[in-house]
Amino acid sequence: MSDKFVQAQYNKTIKNYQPKPNYFWNCLKAFIVGGLICVIGQAVTDFYVNVLNFSEKEAVNPTVTTLIFTAALLTGFGVYDKLGQFAGAGSAVPVTGFANSITSAALEHKSEGLVLGVATNLFKLAGSVIVFGVVAAYVLGMLRYTWQHFF
Amino acid sequence: MGKMGQQSWLYNSAIYINAAGTAVGPLEAAGPLGESFDRTYQELHCNQDNWELAERQLMKDAVHACLQKSGKDRSEMDLFLAGDLLNQNVTANYVAKELGIPFLCMFGACSTSMETLATGASLIDGGFADQVIAAVSSHNATAERQFRYPTEYGGQKPKTATFTVTGSGAVMISKQKSNIRVEAATIGRVMDYGTKDPFDMGSAMAPAAYDTIKNHFQDMGRSPKDYDLIATGDLSSVGTPIVRDMLKEDGFDVEEVHNDCGLMIYHSDQPVFSGGSGCACSAVVTYGKLLDDLASGKYNKILVVATGALMSPTMVQQKESIPAIAHGVVLMREEGA
Repeated sequence: MSDKFVQAQYNKTIKNYQPKPNYFWNCLKAFIVGGLICVIGQAVTDFYVNVLNFSEKEAVNPTVTTLIFTAALLTGFGVYDKLGQFAGAGSAVPVTGFANSITSAALEHKSEGLVLGVATNLFKLAGSVIVFGVVAAYVLGMLRYTWQHFF
Repeated sequence: MGKMGQQSWLYNSAIYINAAGTAVGPLEAAGPLGESFDRTYQELHCNQDNWELAERQLMKDAVHACLQKSGKDRSEMDLFLAGDLLNQNVTANYVAKELGIPFLCMFGACSTSMETLATGASLIDGGFADQVIAAVSSHNATAERQFRYPTEYGGQKPKTATFTVTGSGAVMISKQKSNIRVEAATIGRVMDYGTKDPFDMGSAMAPAAYDTIKNHFQDMGRSPKDYDLIATGDLSSVGTPIVRDMLKEDGFDVEEVHNDCGLMIYHSDQPVFSGGSGCACSAVVTYGKLLDDLASGKYNKILVVATGALMSPTMVQQKESIPAIAHGVVLMREEGA
């Protein structure tokens, strides 16, 4: 047995056997799909503003709701996970990805009942996003407050 | 006879496979071995309300198909050896509850198929049982939930990932003569080469397969030439070349006779990343296609090495590496049954 496969070298050696991810192609796919989701979001906002006469500010909440609802529906139909495999971060980062993480957990744990199954596990994946979102908002808020107060 | 070398068993008496049963899900049924399975489902739920029940249904189907083919009643069975991938081996436990056969639950991750078969044969050889049923199961959706994310979660998986086979395989063994004999077994050691990526089980398991195959050759005084086929369980397209190269460095060239069940069960254009995995992967391929090929005379002697990544999501999150194990069983064709 040569050095190649001794335990200490193994992790380095196996890199030659693992198929390389195509970073450029993956980035391009993520950019296009993520961008398209944003374009759809903009179109929905325009619809609320131009057709239903919402103000630009008023249109934000119904737009997000529409996107979340659509993503939840696509998760239920078994489409969003396939989109996720194709687009990676492109479909994970927008609010639709957040909706997918919640809906998929709810679907998965439905068999354990509404309280201990669905409700307990709803934020299994999304929980960390919320925790770090709140913490980041708090830290930034404190910095902004301090800045405004002293300068 | 009996114990050979460090870790191999050559059964003293002739133990035979009397019947086998397999049940699989839609993707496996559409694969190249689709024709070799006894029961196939067109939908992943297998007409059940949830994934766990679906997996249980598959194991029940496999055991029933096996019993039906053997022409025996379950009350004639002395022992049921079974395992799966879920916590507390629930599939095996609940199926055993319904079968009412004395039961030993076993876990060796995806190596459980050959673990149960080797143990069952040794218990018959030792005179502790006359007729044994060994079964394993895995289900893509229950495994996703157990080890990874919810089934419908849109996380991207790398190309090195494997796809858990939905299915179950059962086999009935006894001393009653048939044309396929369980000749020997090699019990694996747990090998851990320090890989930590749960999306690359092939790399984690290759050293275990290498160790078991190498020790099998040394214990038994055999070489790759003694076999028409050496089938590893679920090393995938990543682990397969690794184990071949590792064995080649030790002077065992298995290239000509080696294949991997995880590569045999799906077409290369099916969406399964680097290949199939799970307890059922080696079980349904061995108990379906490989037994057929032995019976038809395509093969005379094969070595099935089921590979298992002893992975726990908790351990992976605690930054532990992934230990792996592999157990080998020699099956041979016997004339004049």
